[in-house]
Amino acid sequence: MAAVKEVDRVRTIKASLKKQERQLFFRRFFANKLMVMGCFIFIVLGLIALIGPMLVSYDPYEMKVAERLNAPSGEHWLGTDEFGRDLLTRIVYGAQVSMGIGLIVTLISSILGLVIGLYASYYAALDHILMRICDGLMAIPGILLAIALMAALGPSPLNVIIALSIVFTPNIARIVRSSALVIREQTFIEAMHAQGASATRIIWQHIAPNTISPLIVQATFVFAEAIISEAALSFLGAGIAAPDPSWGNILQAGKLVIFKAWWMVVFPGLAIVLSVLGLNLLGDGLRDFIDPHSSGKKSK
Amino acid sequence: MLSYLFKRIYSLIPVLFVVSVAIFLIVHITPGDPAAIILGMEATEEQIASLNEEMGLNEPIVKQYLLWVGGVLQGDFGQSYFMKEPVLDSILSHLGPTISLAILAEIVALIIAIPIGIFAAYRRGSFTDHTLMVATLLGMAVPSFLLGLLLMLSFGVYLQWLPIAGYKPLTEGLWTHLRYLILPALSLGAIQAALVARMTRSSMLEVLNKNYVKTARSKGVKEHKVITKHALRNAFLPILTVIGQSFGTLVTGAVVVETIFNLPGLGQLIINSIERRDFAVIQGIVLFVTLIYVFINLIVDLLYGVIDPRVRLERK
Repeated sequence: MAAVKEVDRVRTIKASLKKQERQLFFRRFFANKLMVMGCFIFIVLGLIALIGPMLVSYDPYEMKVAERLNAPSGEHWLGTDEFGRDLLTRIVYGAQVSMGIGLIVTLISSILGLVIGLYASYYAALDHILMRICDGLMAIPGILLAIALMAALGPSPLNVIIALSIVFTPNIARIVRSSALVIREQTFIEAMHAQGASATRIIWQHIAPNTISPLIVQATFVFAEAIISEAALSFLGAGIAAPDPSWGNILQAGKLVIFKAWWMVVFPGLAIVLSVLGLNLLGDGLRDFIDPHSSGKKSK
Repeated sequence: MLSYLFKRIYSLIPVLFVVSVAIFLIVHITPGDPAAIILGMEATEEQIASLNEEMGLNEPIVKQYLLWVGGVLQGDFGQSYFMKEPVLDSILSHLGPTISLAILAEIVALIIAIPIGIFAAYRRGSFTDHTLMVATLLGMAVPSFLLGLLLMLSFGVYLQWLPIAGYKPLTEGLWTHLRYLILPALSLGAIQAALVARMTRSSMLEVLNKNYVKTARSKGVKEHKVITKHALRNAFLPILTVIGQSFGTLVTGAVVVETIFNLPGLGQLIINSIERRDFAVIQGIVLFVTLIYVFINLIVDLLYGVIDPRVRLERK
């Protein structure tokens, strides 16, 4: 009888501990107001990209010359562009392109970076080769490498994704490798070796999970960088080509009519700034959240 | 120190090798025949064949690479097909505006950022501190080409205080030179300023709690002297690194900002070369800027080693 009571007591203590932990988690999460704000901005923009196109009533491609460069009004909330297309519609469809490309680039470079970083940390010989390649690619300024790749590949959404993934993969691989190296030196990995666990098992079941948090933080920054880079490429005429809308090429068109139509520059610009700001806040917050010691330093 | 120097330079060799291979391969990943793409739709078979021959594209790829690298090592970056001149000549003739812009942007950034950083650290936790830090977050979220457009819109189009495009070399007078560069330099320097301000703040915060600052205060040193003489001098090393490393970033950033303000620098050259499919120039610029970037970082590292001996021992 006493034993049963004891078990119950332990169970309640465990439950209340769990509850406390959860409360602490939420308290710490919401204590960081900037991170919550970043999260909020990002979710709103994500929703706009996802369901926005169903809500806007204009066609993003249909040109109406009579309505060109109308200022913002009740009919066209954000005005119209140089071909009379509704700017709000263009920006909402552009969100899908710009954020979509950012997301895909982030996913591709995260997966490739994870694989490269993990295997590099495990096999010393591979490490030398892979990290020299990463060092080399990272030594070339990102946007220049992207411009050169786009010049060779030709402008298209797929090529933007390829070019930016090449630019950002080394970045993630480095982060994953450096945290994997720390894990690799720990006693439990040595114990796994002694027990005869296979390399694949050690790498994927025991090292990989420990590299995920720094990876996610870095991926948030890469997402922001990818959005900026895509916008820069499209703005320079080496990214998404018209008539497909992207925030960058709307800005490019806006530059040409900057004397007549301020809205063509301000609104797509606002979209870029908000998405980048949201992601940066989220990334900063996540980093402090995961590792409270590292606050204040921005890794690049 | 000498062994540190050699180690550091030695470690550059594999990096530069990978850089050269990557930049070399860029031309070869073009879908299709580079010669056909350069010449455009109307080119005849013979023209394409002769251009392939002229550019050495018929040679085995390893030989092409060795020839190219051999040339680069002797200062020959190849020939621009479009401009009919050595690539290095076109790069050098476009270098002035880019370098001017990068230097001016750095100056602008420092003038704005260091006082902000010191002030925010001094008034830690105050409303001003929070406002300034939110401003720097915002500053880091605005890409330079966008800030350039917004500045152009407000100061060029509406207020009409400053010219929005073009470039006047230094030989036409310092003021004329600067007038055309102020807006580009501001757009380029802003992100840098945000970064340096944050760095200054956190570095100052670390130092302000140190005992020697307390000692200085308790022996009655005037507050502004505590800040400038005792705190800032000790906080300056990390700030210096950020400044040094940023210069390479600024040169790259200048390439993008130039194209907005129509400055005839490397940026304009690379964008025009994309349209002309002038791969030799694109390769040349990317390689050239990368070399600048790598060597500036090398110099910063070495200087850091000179200033702080611990660095030499740590980084093996």
